[in-house]
Amino acid sequence: MTTRDWLLADSPTSRWQANAGRAYRVFTALLRNPLSVLGGVIILVLLLTALFAPWIAPFSPTGQSLADRLLPPSGEHWMGTDELGRDIFSRVVWGSQITLTIVLLVALISAPLGLLIGAISGYFGGWVDKILMGFTDIFLSLPKLILALAFVAALGPGINNAIIAIAITSWPAYARIARAETLTIRNAEYISAVQLAGAGPIRVIVQHILPLCTSSMIIRVTLDMAGVILTAAGLGFIGLGAQPPLPEWGAMISRGRTFILDQWWVATMPGFAIIIVSLGFCFLGDGLRDVLDPKSEGKS
Amino acid sequence: MSTPLLEVENLRVSFPTHSGRVEVVKGLSFTLGRERLGIVGESGSGKSMTGRSILKLIRKPGEVTADKLRFEGIDILDQNEKQMRAIRGARISMVMQDPKFSLNPVMTVGEQIAEALVTHQKLGRKEVQQRILDMLTAVRINDPERVAKLYPHEVSGGMGQRIMIAMMLIPEPELLIADEPTSALDVSVQAQVLDIIDDLVTRKGMGLILISHDLALVSRYCDRILVMNAGRVVEECAARELDKAQHPYTRGLLAAMPVIDETRDELPVLDRTQWAGT
Amino acid sequence: MTTDQSALPSPAPGNFAGRRARRRAMAVGGFLITLFLTFLGLLAITFFIGRVIPIDPVLAVVGDRATQAQYDAAKIAMGLDRPLYEQFFTYVVNVFSGDLGRSVSTGRAVADDLSRFFPATFEMATLGILIGVALGVPLGVTAAARQGSWLDQAIRVVGLLGYSVPAFWLGLVGLALFYARLRWVGGPGRLDIFYDGLVSPVTGMILIDSLLAGEIDIFWNAVWHIILPASVLGFFSLAYIARMTRSFMLDQLSQEFVTTARVKGVPEQVVIWRHAFNPIRVPLITVIGLSYAGLLEGSVMIETVFSWPGIGNYLTTALLNADMNAVLGSTLVIGAVFIVINKVSDVLYRVLDPRAR
Ligand SMILES: Nc1ncnc2c1ncn2[C@@H]1O[C@H](COP(=O)(O)OP(=O)(O)OP(=O)(O)O)[C@@H](O)[C@H]1O
Ligand SMILES: [Mg+2]
Repeated sequence: MTTRDWLLADSPTSRWQANAGRAYRVFTALLRNPLSVLGGVIILVLLLTALFAPWIAPFSPTGQSLADRLLPPSGEHWMGTDELGRDIFSRVVWGSQITLTIVLLVALISAPLGLLIGAISGYFGGWVDKILMGFTDIFLSLPKLILALAFVAALGPGINNAIIAIAITSWPAYARIARAETLTIRNAEYISAVQLAGAGPIRVIVQHILPLCTSSMIIRVTLDMAGVILTAAGLGFIGLGAQPPLPEWGAMISRGRTFILDQWWVATMPGFAIIIVSLGFCFLGDGLRDVLDPKSEGKS
Repeated sequence: MSTPLLEVENLRVSFPTHSGRVEVVKGLSFTLGRERLGIVGESGSGKSMTGRSILKLIRKPGEVTADKLRFEGIDILDQNEKQMRAIRGARISMVMQDPKFSLNPVMTVGEQIAEALVTHQKLGRKEVQQRILDMLTAVRINDPERVAKLYPHEVSGGMGQRIMIAMMLIPEPELLIADEPTSALDVSVQAQVLDIIDDLVTRKGMGLILISHDLALVSRYCDRILVMNAGRVVEECAARELDKAQHPYTRGLLAAMPVIDETRDELPVLDRTQWAGT
Repeated sequence: MTTDQSALPSPAPGNFAGRRARRRAMAVGGFLITLFLTFLGLLAITFFIGRVIPIDPVLAVVGDRATQAQYDAAKIAMGLDRPLYEQFFTYVVNVFSGDLGRSVSTGRAVADDLSRFFPATFEMATLGILIGVALGVPLGVTAAARQGSWLDQAIRVVGLLGYSVPAFWLGLVGLALFYARLRWVGGPGRLDIFYDGLVSPVTGMILIDSLLAGEIDIFWNAVWHIILPASVLGFFSLAYIARMTRSFMLDQLSQEFVTTARVKGVPEQVVIWRHAFNPIRVPLITVIGLSYAGLLEGSVMIETVFSWPGIGNYLTTALLNADMNAVLGSTLVIGAVFIVINKVSDVLYRVLDPRAR
């Protein structure tokens, strides 16, 4: 029996085999869609760049060299140098670590938070549901970016606070999804069976309801990552996110503003990095949605 | 005899699917004069696709081929879109299957009927209005002036079906394809609607293709019957000679039909093994 | 999209009009209540941000250069010696009476500042949404009508770029290209310097004020300046509107009634616009509303780039000076406009669609 047969078995013998088989099918379906492959490759490159930044970057991200100020892109400095003579390409490479950290942390904070609130709301129903969803809806009808800005203003500038602020404004969409999914399965026979067997609400939610929300959550989180990257870059641009000399892409664009008319590359280059990575998440998210949720094809 | 109204030879309709192209109509042939032809078959046998391909309305990934597809000597497959538009509605039109989905939800009934008319004939407003009211009366809608101003969700299923018929008959086509015009209706309304069609068709000397899954119904209203199964014609006979039908599928359908003085406790279910592989 | 074709058959006529009016009154009542509750939620959040998160809210308001006397006075004035719920109540009352506190950086009342800066943002965002609708809707419709063509692919990519390009970056690149290099448009600011202050503000929107004053030169100069930032905003709404229009249209074009129209021999352009597009006009209003609200948000990011004297610029300046009253005031105003646009487009949907009436 080959691995492939094991993965595609019609009657898996363990939960682990079933999950692996499902993941394999999603993966092969993704491979058939060129744009999602492109998205996956972009994210893979982002991961590798972040991991191997010290070896990839030809110069130090913070090492100044005033003699080499504001050099245009060349064979030596692929993306030129900034006003302190730092190599922009090296800074963009190191910046990938910051972007990846932000994206991961925001996803790790907001998705579980939203999941939990949504699942509780859907599972218990009644006034718990009313209060939690009222709260969620208020958050949803507010402008996310402005809210994040206000939060950072109160918490103080810095990358950690930026992450917290973005996470605080991102969870409501996940809560909505988790609630909708929970409602569809709350009354299923097997949930009642588990309850009859004496499982308490926490056990039912964590072991039986949350796992079923994962596929729609993964789609949504992937699609949202582009927005998270843009918000983080925006905070950096305004000066509230990552602080200098950190090579955060948004902050780098902000430094380049002064020279935009003559030394266009200082502000432009980090922007391309932001666009490519965001597009990568969009492509992958779109592809995932087509595979996992075909009926909503083409909607946003 | 002059040229027949419609000649179809080896008509094939196919769609691409995950497992390659699938033919849903597999080599259909028939000719039609100014008569009433019934096409019968179970759900999914390709009846609607046949109707649509006569109007060249199979949308893109779908594909239509035929050795011959002629309407009054015109080669349908040879016509470009512009030429087809002059035929659609004006010379061949089709009563669509389900009025609930086949009427535009945000246009009033009157507007939709008017559109069918003014697309092909230049008429004054007054005249259009008069023709609509006459047509609605002809399909036995009481109070046509009020109904013309309603939106489709405000009319009942039977009314929707009659509005559909009015819309398709108003430009006075030479051939009407009626795709299950009564499937959504209960039996008493069914007969009424079919009588309307029958009356209008005979009066104007049009050709009619009546598509249905109800063999009894079709045999009552048509001169000739095609029985379809899985994209093929399995039986072709005059309606009067239906009881002499040979093919096991037709026999099965006939046997499953209740008769007036029913003595059987249970109606037989189609036994598919007999013609499997045809 | 929720095109619910399985609508119920119409109820019997008769007491129809009366019931309809009562239902509409109830809908309006419910609408006002949710609007109020949402706004209260917004207030709760800004209150939380302003008074609860900061370790020392007084310092956040007076700034760290204040003397001890100023500090104490501010503390009493803010009612910080009272319990939280009482503070919140006072806050809500103040906001509803138009008192948003004083800005430490401008020294004026925040409400005054905001009313002075709002028109510039409003003008730019409105022009932006006009551009977005004028281009986005036809593009989306064409993409759907020619599904799979190169144009469709291009519009798909544009749609995704709308989610992936930072607005401030696009503004900078636009300035570098169209202003510095090509000289097609004016640079930062609303007018060239020597036109500044020549028209007295009536509406606060220069395009309108200059026309009112009959200053055609100034009008064209203002157009020359606003066109780039408005186009940048327009790009984002174009991307979103085109994407949504395309998806709605594909939904419609696969409906049976579109085939019915073709059966009637209706020309393809009429099929597309009258039959497929008309039913989606109403949901599109919601999309446009959302996009408009999004532009207000987006303007925060690009106003600094274009030195545009609007709320966004005011907010970013306040953020950098930790001027909390100004930050929260701007947040409240933008949030309130956002909520209203959101909810109103929601209601319009229900009022305009014959199926929902
Ligand atoms: N776009 C499509 N792609 C693939 N297959 C299709 C497509 N449209 C229709 N079919 C298939 O074509 C076959 C014939 O469909 P058709 O609508 O002609 O059936 P029918 O005889 O009219 O059935 P019913 O009585 O239910 O109306 C069906 O099996 C259907 O699954
Ligand atoms: Mg059919």
